Amino acid sequence: MTRRTRNWLLLAPAGTWFLVMLIIPLTVVFIFSFGERAPAGGVVPAFTFEQYANLPARWAAFKNTMTLAPIGTLSALLIAYPLAYYLAVKSSPKWKTILLVLVIVPFWTSILIRSYAWIFLLGGRGIPALLELVGIEGVRLINTPFAVLVGIIYGYLPLMVFPIYVSLDKLDKRLLEASSDLGAKPWRTFLQITLPLSIPGIATGCMLVFILLMGEYLIPALLGGGKVFFVGNALVDLFLQSRNWAYGSAVAVTLVVVMLITVTVYMRLINRLGASREDVSIM
Amino acid sequence: MTRDNDYISKQKFMQELESYRKGSVTRRHFLNVTGLGAAAAVMGAAVPGLRPSPAFAGDIGDRVIVATWPNYHDPENFEAFTEATGAHVQVNVFGSNEEMLAKLQAGATGWDVYVPTNYTISTYVEEGLIEPLDTSKLPNYDGSAFDARYAEAGSVDGTLYAVPKNWGSTGMAVNTKHNDGKPISSWKEFFDIARDKFTGRAMVHDYQLTTIGSALNYYGYSFNSVDENELADAEKLLIDVKPHLFAITSDYQPSMRNGDAWLTICWSGDGKQLNTDMPEIHYVLGREGGEIWSDYYAIPKGAPHKDAAYALINFLMDPQVNAKEVLAHGYPTADARTFDLLPEALKNDPILFPAQELLTPLEFGAAATLTDPNRAELMARFKSA
Repeated sequence: MTRRTRNWLLLAPAGTWFLVMLIIPLTVVFIFSFGERAPAGGVVPAFTFEQYANLPARWAAFKNTMTLAPIGTLSALLIAYPLAYYLAVKSSPKWKTILLVLVIVPFWTSILIRSYAWIFLLGGRGIPALLELVGIEGVRLINTPFAVLVGIIYGYLPLMVFPIYVSLDKLDKRLLEASSDLGAKPWRTFLQITLPLSIPGIATGCMLVFILLMGEYLIPALLGGGKVFFVGNALVDLFLQSRNWAYGSAVAVTLVVVMLITVTVYMRLINRLGASREDVSIM
Repeated sequence: MTRDNDYISKQKFMQELESYRKGSVTRRHFLNVTGLGAAAAVMGAAVPGLRPSPAFAGDIGDRVIVATWPNYHDPENFEAFTEATGAHVQVNVFGSNEEMLAKLQAGATGWDVYVPTNYTISTYVEEGLIEPLDTSKLPNYDGSAFDARYAEAGSVDGTLYAVPKNWGSTGMAVNTKHNDGKPISSWKEFFDIARDKFTGRAMVHDYQLTTIGSALNYYGYSFNSVDENELADAEKLLIDVKPHLFAITSDYQPSMRNGDAWLTICWSGDGKQLNTDMPEIHYVLGREGGEIWSDYYAIPKGAPHKDAAYALINFLMDPQVNAKEVLAHGYPTADARTFDLLPEALKNDPILFPAQELLTPLEFGAAATLTDPNRAELMARFKSA
């Protein structure tokens, strides 16, 4: 067996999977997006740009996604960073393991069930009832963008914590000592040493969370009461309610394109940030 | 919520628990989104010790898969069926006929029995998604016992495709506690109070047929209208109401029960269930009209356990079993044999059997109302607005 054949054989399973599960379905969706809705629903072949011309009708869904996904990512980052920092730098080795396990524990239960629990926490007999006890009346939480944001941050936090934790854990503590020895105040050490060295973790965490959020469907459906609408929800409606596969495909193709553009721009920015510092290699 | 709800007696707690069990949130969402119920049933069936031995000779297999609506069966009846036949009943719950149609159009649902509404059956026949019924396998079904009004949609061009399950109306449920003890009586009032005194407290269905239909009724148009100008009016109203809504959902019982929502578009059986447990919630029909409907049992083409499907439908057609179903879900049946078995109080119940003058303006949904692309797209625009 030549080296070449062996390489091909080793790549075959992944390649087949990639072809059958990604390339072919994406091609089908792309072809459907130029079709038309069949009278009772579904798709009939055609070549029309009508579906793409109709995209503005889903503007609100794109706007919601493009607002709540970045806000959710940023909020998760702001909450996760101090936590990861504490885990990696401050906690004793004994506690570190226990605390890390605690971060993973929620993953033992399905995200569906955990999001469902929030319906009760945010509903009228949950947190608003507690607030009423201390005299804050009339708070409504469930079925608002805020409820969706809470669900998002809660659900995705561990995905942000881990990459940041890993990059901070690898950090050479002697650099911090050196910085301090050379007279830098703690905040200056943080800004000039710790933060730049943890950028790969931040970049990975943000990327993971942001990409998943762009396709989010479950959390808005459960905590948004059908009123806070993501592109994912629009897609489910187009395929499972109004049965307009052609238009649904056009919306799906657009989401993929928007995502590719956003991620490309993001990668460029991060790489430029990395390139300005030779000691940091990104991803 | 108000303070006077805070104290709860043991008895009340048990009532609440019971009603919560009946109108459980988790059932619809969990079964629907995860198929968890199906998974549990499959697991149950896979453990030999948990599988009851069939009580009669005809082996119909170990399971039957049903696609139906929320709060629409007596679980005890399903248990009795399993005990008698050895076949487990796996239940999938849906929020709209569109969703059911979409799944069947996409193919290979694995369902054995489903519960389509009157106006969908002709479309299923046209699309070749429904199996004609062999009445020799349904000895408990007696066509002459049914009021034709609620049974005729089951036959298309003289072929029987579906047998009647229950009928009912689509009206509104209002928590009168928040309206000085007064109910409301029209769709005009519904959408007006939703934007005023009940802002943030009203719900509409996640279903174009009933939500758009009710908005059309607001203007005095037909529930079934597909007229472009009339639909444009309905859309304007819905978009205007949307910021005031609590939710757009077909699973409205939980939030009506816990007090988060005070008003909702409501199917009569849900109205009955809510009113029984919380008398301050009234079920009313809109003066302008609304929907009257009839659901059917049918078997989709390619059902994997067809014998079990016939066995289950036949079991549920038994008047004794059917009467228990009615007691559990509160939807009337068109089967005279079952009606005779119901308690007097239920036979005279104004929610189950509304006065004739209230029924007269109601319309049966039309096939075109379900499949009209403009209505479908209007609903989607409303939701994503």
